[in-house]
Order: sequence, then C-alpha cells, then structure tokens
Amino acid sequence: MITRRLFIATTMVAALAATPSLAQDVVKIGLVLPMTGPFASTGRQVEAGVRAYMALHGDTAGGKKIEVVLRDDAGTADQTRRIAQELVVNEGVSMLMGFGLTPLAMSVAPVLNQAKIPAIITSATTSAIMKQSEYFVRTSMAGPQSAVPVATWAVENGLKRVVTLVTDYGPGHDIEKGFTDQFKKEGGEIVEAVRVPLQNPDFAPFLQRVRDAKPDAIFVFVPSGVGSVFMKQFADRGLADAGIKLIATGDVTDDDLLNAIGDPALGVITGHFYSANHDSPENKAYVEQVKKAANNMRPNFMSVGGYDAMHLAYAALEKTGGDTDGTKLVEAMKGMEWTSPRGSISIDPATRDIVQDIYIREVKKVGDELYNVEFTTYEKIKDPFAAQ
Amino acid sequence: MLTILFDGIAYGMLLFVLACGLSITLGLMNFVNLAHGAFAMAGGYITVIMMNRYGLSFYWCLPAAFLVTALIGVLLERTLYRRLYKSSHLDQVLFSIGLVFMSIAAVDYFMGGQQQLISLPPELRGRFDFFGVGIGRYRLFIIVLCAALTIALQLALTRTRFGSQLRAAVDDGRVARGLGINVSVVFALTFALGSGLAGLGGALGTEILGLDPNFPLKFLIYFMIVVTVGGTSSITGPFVAALLLGIADVAGKYYVPQAGAFIIYGVMILVLILRPHGLFAREGGR
Repeated sequence: MITRRLFIATTMVAALAATPSLAQDVVKIGLVLPMTGPFASTGRQVEAGVRAYMALHGDTAGGKKIEVVLRDDAGTADQTRRIAQELVVNEGVSMLMGFGLTPLAMSVAPVLNQAKIPAIITSATTSAIMKQSEYFVRTSMAGPQSAVPVATWAVENGLKRVVTLVTDYGPGHDIEKGFTDQFKKEGGEIVEAVRVPLQNPDFAPFLQRVRDAKPDAIFVFVPSGVGSVFMKQFADRGLADAGIKLIATGDVTDDDLLNAIGDPALGVITGHFYSANHDSPENKAYVEQVKKAANNMRPNFMSVGGYDAMHLAYAALEKTGGDTDGTKLVEAMKGMEWTSPRGSISIDPATRDIVQDIYIREVKKVGDELYNVEFTTYEKIKDPFAAQ
Repeated sequence: MLTILFDGIAYGMLLFVLACGLSITLGLMNFVNLAHGAFAMAGGYITVIMMNRYGLSFYWCLPAAFLVTALIGVLLERTLYRRLYKSSHLDQVLFSIGLVFMSIAAVDYFMGGQQQLISLPPELRGRFDFFGVGIGRYRLFIIVLCAALTIALQLALTRTRFGSQLRAAVDDGRVARGLGINVSVVFALTFALGSGLAGLGGALGTEILGLDPNFPLKFLIYFMIVVTVGGTSSITGPFVAALLLGIADVAGKYYVPQAGAFIIYGVMILVLILRPHGLFAREGGR
C-alpha cells in the first residue's frame, strides 16, 4: 500500500536524484536565443556559430568542462528575462550569452546586476544597451559601427547627395544618426531621411519617393529578412537605371539570403564587419565547419557573433584560471584581443564593447554563388556614440 | 502622381484577392475564420516549394496554389469547420486563431523561419514608362489578373445557378434544404473557393509582401480592415474597400512618410464612423 509517508519519501528521493549535481569542474553557459518566431534565423545562425567554435576548439577552457544550455525566448522580452533568471537560479550558469534584439538584451540587465554574472551579446546592436549593466560585453556590433565608414566611403567616391532610408526602430535610428553625422561632417548633403515602419509589407511608395528626389545614392538599413524583399523592389522600380546607387549596411546583403536575392543584388556596395568570403585561414576553417554541421548553411554576421562570444568566454576562463566569479570574468574580458574569422577584433576596456574593422564590400559572383567581396578596410572602428 | 495611383491600385487588388475569401466565409457563410491568412500562407509556400525545389514555372504555380489550397480548405471544412457553423462566434474565433498558431509552428518546423524568396520570370520583372507613368510589369500583371478574377467572381455569384443556390442557402438554410439544395455541399464548395482565392493571393503576394511563417498574423489586420470597411454583403464592397485602402496606404506613405503606417487605420475609423456597417451594408443582414 502506498501511504502518504511513503509517497512523500519517494518523491523526495526522486527530486534529490533529479537535482543537477553542482560539480565544480563544469562551467555552464546559458545561451538565450530566439529559436522560434520571426527572428528564428538569428537564433539558428548564432547557435551554429557557437557549436562551430566548440567543434573546432574542444569543450574545455581554464581546466573546466564547458556546457552550453540553449533556451528559446521566441523573441519576446518578458520570456528572455524569465529564462535568464531561471538559468541563473536553477541551472547555476556562470555566463549568459545570446540576445537577438535590443529589447531582449535590455530586459536581462537587472538580472545581471543582481547576480553579477557576465552576459555576452551576440546579436543586438544598439548603443544604449551597454549602459544598462556593467556586466554586458558585446561581440556583435556596436551601434552604427558599420554605417560610419559607409558615409566616409560615399563622400570619397563622389556620392554627395544621399537619401537615407531606415527601419523605424532603435537600431535604425542609431544607424541613421551615425551615418548622417559622419556624412555631414565629410561635407555631404542629406536630401531626405525616410523612416519605414517595422511591419512594412510594401516598399513601393517609399522607393518612389526616393526616385523622385533624384539623389546620387540611397543609404539603406533594414533588418536582414526584410532586406531581401527591399532589394528586389529596388531593382524592379528601376532606381539603378535612374542613376541612383544603393549603399547599405551589410544587413541588406545578408550572407544567409544573398543567393536567394539573386542577380538584383549584384554591384550593391555595403559596409559591414563580416563576409563569409573574408580571406583568412580562420574564416575558411569556420565556414567549412558551419557548412558541415548545419546542412550546408552559409554563416552570416550573426553566427560570427556567436563564435566570438564563445571565444571570449573561453579566453576569459583561461585568464582567470577557471575562476567563475562574474566580476573577475568581466575584468578578464576587458581589453581582450584576438583574430576572429571576421579579422582582428578587441574588447574596448572602457565600454566593454567591440572594436573591429569595417569592410566596404561589393556583391559579386564568385563561382556560381553571390558573395560580398571586400575591397576597402576601415580599421579599428569604435561605437561613435560611446564618446558622447 | 499617376505612378502612385497605379501602385496603390495594384496593392489594393492584391489585398482584395487575399481578403475576398474571408468576405465570402464571413459575409455569406457567417463564419468568423481568422485562419484565413494561413490559407494565403499555404498558397505562398506552395509557390516557393514548386519554384525553388522543383524549378517549375511561376505561371503553373498560380493555379496549383489555388487548387491545392482549395483542397486543403475542403478537407478542413469537412473535418473541422462544419462542426462549428452552429457555434457562437467566440468559439469560431478561438478555434480559427488556434489553427493560425498551429500553422505558424508547422511552417516554421518544416520550412524554417527565414524570409522566402522567389524569382519571377524575366518578362514580369522591371518596369516601363507609359506616357511618363512608371508602370511595374509585375504590378500590371496583378491588376489585370485580379480584375478578371473579380468580374468572374461577381458574375458567378449573381448570374449562375450555384450563386443563387449559395445565396439561398445563406439566407435561409432550412428552406433551401427543403427546396432540394444540398446546403452542406454548397458550403463546402464555397469554403474551398474562399481558401483557394486566399492561396492564389498568397502566391501572388510572395514577391511584394514577403513570406515568412508569421504571414497569417501580420496580414490578419489588413484582411479584417478590408472586410469591415467593405461590408460583407457582396463582392463589390470589399473590392472598393481594398482599392480605397491600397491607394490610401500607398499615397499616405509617399506624401507623409512619417505617418504613413497609420493612414490605413485612419481611413478605417473614418468609414466606420460614417457607415458603421461598412460601405455596402446589407439591408436587414445578420
């Protein structure tokens, strides 16, 4: 017979057995990404980057075994925060990683401040995030980092009258301001600044407006999925034939989607921190590993953020000798320099943000496939807003 | 100026094809089918799969998208929807919104969450100038196709035997049955037609609106606006409403881009204040 006492005793034993053993030689890293929902492709890419790093560099760092706990927040901020809290309290993770969008990253700041645990941002880019917590470190991109060199390049190449077109949300505003400030400083003229709603199905009216304004070029920032729709409509409306050049940040010619966009993308000039075509042994090994592990998927700039986040975590653990104290880890991360598949990068000790080279690239056919081919480099670009 | 009008009409036509199936189920069959967008999405994905995996021509994809989606429509109607014809509207809403979430998760699982792209045949790409008015070829194609479709649909509903059977079945199902009309078959066919049109709209819209698993939710609001503004009495109502909204949306985004996204809602509110039952309300309708 099952008495109440027996029932309680057995459930307690079962519960104890199920509790994860807090072995000291395992370091857990909580990876929080949007694996479902509209931003699932971000999650997929970052995860591929993280897995590629572990496949290439093993699963030990600083004498500890690294274990990644992946959780899906579906791209909603309240879930991100709840998951982060659970990971810290129940799973006992020593570091957090991921965060696909600015609001998702923002939402975990209070958790970090209280738990004193570092969080490495692999995707979200706005400048404002880093001020929210001393425990944020970033390996994706710092604010309008990629837009500023595009402005310089445009003026140097005789594009003086430009219309900007950005998506109307945080990163879009950052990039618009970054580009505009630099462009005006170099002596260019912004003819018009157009902001497109985030949920925008049809670009036609906005593009017609740009066409009628007759600028030398249009500078564009839209999130990568929408970017491909934009590219096609840009080509269809014949803006290129009207003599309007398209310059953009690399989100528009996302490596993941570039081949699907097809020929309309040819000749587009973009500025960004990573191209799968980057010529270095590190990048070759990386691209090969991702393609092998993830069903021939080409890594994009999101995935390289995940790869470098893992590198940073490993390197910080090596430096602390396996000490998982959050504050010490963040200290260790500051000023770290290494060669990533994207080129040489470092973490600014003052802002904990990434300092990296920005490449100006043109979309070209390499073999049968389209790639962003890098042709000019602007070295060691910092977040232009951080100094303000 | 005329280019804007042209783009607006094309956009409105597209909205009409996407939404008219909903106005059929909602207006004629009195069923609140929020899963309508899921059928449109199905049409879009059928096109993407046929074109990108099997390399079939875009022109074959359009009828295929219509037929396959219509077939899915019949299947679901026979197995699920018909049980809810007599239920309250709240039950219908809950049921169909559940279907939407299931379809989103299923598509995400099988096709991935990324944006799907197709390449149109070359003769539909680009644009040409017609007396100074820039005409996009694909948009022209949409306008011609949708105009033909609208006329056919209007004739079918008002001038054919099936049309009158349907209207009879809707107005008084019991009497219609008494007169020997097989009401349940009529409803099934109508539902199939509505779903098929949504599928066709989805296939046509892939190029302009983009396609990802969140399509049904993203465009649900647009469908609802078209149907509410147009009223549910006929095909003409939603048609005029879709054109009006398409033109207002495109023109608004062109002339006042700061407020562009809100114009469409402004128009809706205005129309509903002036004519609470939509532009063309049915006398004594339910």
